[in-house]
Amino acid sequence: MNPLGLYAPGTSPLHRAPAGPKLLVLLVVVTLVVVRSDVGWLAGACGLVAVGYAVARPPWARVWQVARLLLVLAVFVGGLQLWLVGPQAAAVTVLSLVAALAAASLFTLTTRIDAVVAAVERGLGPLRRFGVRPERLGLLVGLTVQAVGTLAAIAASVREAAVARGAGRSPTAFAVPFVVRTLRHADELGEALAARGVGDEDADERTG
Amino acid sequence: MISYRAVSHRYDDRTVLDDVTLSLPEARVGFVGANGSGKSTLARMVNGLVRPTHGEVRVDGLDPTSDGAAVRRRVGFVFTNPDSQIVMPTAGEDVAFSLRRTVKDRAERAARAAEVLAAHGLEGYADHPAHQLSGGQKQLLALCGMLALDPDVLVCDEPTTLLDLRNTRRFADILAGLRQQVLLVTHDLDLLAGFDRVVVLDGGVVVADDAPGPAIRYYRELVG
Repeated sequence: MNPLGLYAPGTSPLHRAPAGPKLLVLLVVVTLVVVRSDVGWLAGACGLVAVGYAVARPPWARVWQVARLLLVLAVFVGGLQLWLVGPQAAAVTVLSLVAALAAASLFTLTTRIDAVVAAVERGLGPLRRFGVRPERLGLLVGLTVQAVGTLAAIAASVREAAVARGAGRSPTAFAVPFVVRTLRHADELGEALAARGVGDEDADERTG
Repeated sequence: MISYRAVSHRYDDRTVLDDVTLSLPEARVGFVGANGSGKSTLARMVNGLVRPTHGEVRVDGLDPTSDGAAVRRRVGFVFTNPDSQIVMPTAGEDVAFSLRRTVKDRAERAARAAEVLAAHGLEGYADHPAHQLSGGQKQLLALCGMLALDPDVLVCDEPTTLLDLRNTRRFADILAGLRQQVLLVTHDLDLLAGFDRVVVLDGGVVVADDAPGPAIRYYRELVG
């Protein structure tokens, strides 16, 4: 399962907040934590995101999944930075990473992808006159989130097959079938999207 | 009504369908044949996923190649692998995705999606992550994604290949109760009981076209 994705139903103020403004706040938060290098400020941002989790109250199992991933990343990246650059840079990198990823995860936990797609389509609507197709970009957002889970499932299945054949440590035994199955999935997904009328919007517009 | 007139199809230098002519007014039509016999190609032509190299296909007088959007509003398609058909993270969002062109209000879309899920054995699953559903539930979800559009025709290309016996029966029961015309491509000959007509293909040619009893008997003799 994708630890950073998927909506967890709830009724908190964060769940009820409209997707468009939430997406904008997320973009601002992520931009700020990436450009700022003040440890105190970044620690404050992490605290603010933690308050967000307390308000949203997602299931503990989901919070633990996110926390576990962030912990592994923090130890790995922080250790590397500490060894290569020093404690100040390590603290900045780890806090930035944790704040940004935790905020993004909080967003996906409290926002339906359907709502994000609709918000992207609405937000990009004015760009239609410049040839931008908001519905295509909205769909792209939905498919991107969905693809994380799909690719993880393909990877797990390919890894199992490699282990079953005694090739669990072979990069080739993993990479080749993973690429082939991913391409086949893309092919099938394209057919399924066509069958569900994706791309037919042009014809709808022509016929009114 | 769906009709094929002198339809042929070639992939590179391989003939997949050769001069097939059929009219399909019946409510339940099955297609059987060995792997590579051309039955899936024939089914895919109904909604324009595959274009004939020669001949013509018509759905209520419309050409799926040139009137693709209009045809796809009439024809729903269920594939073998539900994982490839599910495009949104949760079951409710995936069904709502099908409704995006016809229902503009998001809350109404979600409500309609929940209704469709409930009507086909997935009540309470609207917020459930789609890829955590069982294989049978995923295929039901794929079916719901199509039925939400209330098409006139439902084409199913080996929809039960990845399902266990219980889910296969469940899927068959749902198909039996649909108001839609159903075209079913399958290797599971039990699914065709109660169908009006079964078309047997071999090497891209229709070799039998009859009621299920005689058509299936012919097919069993053909494959030995």
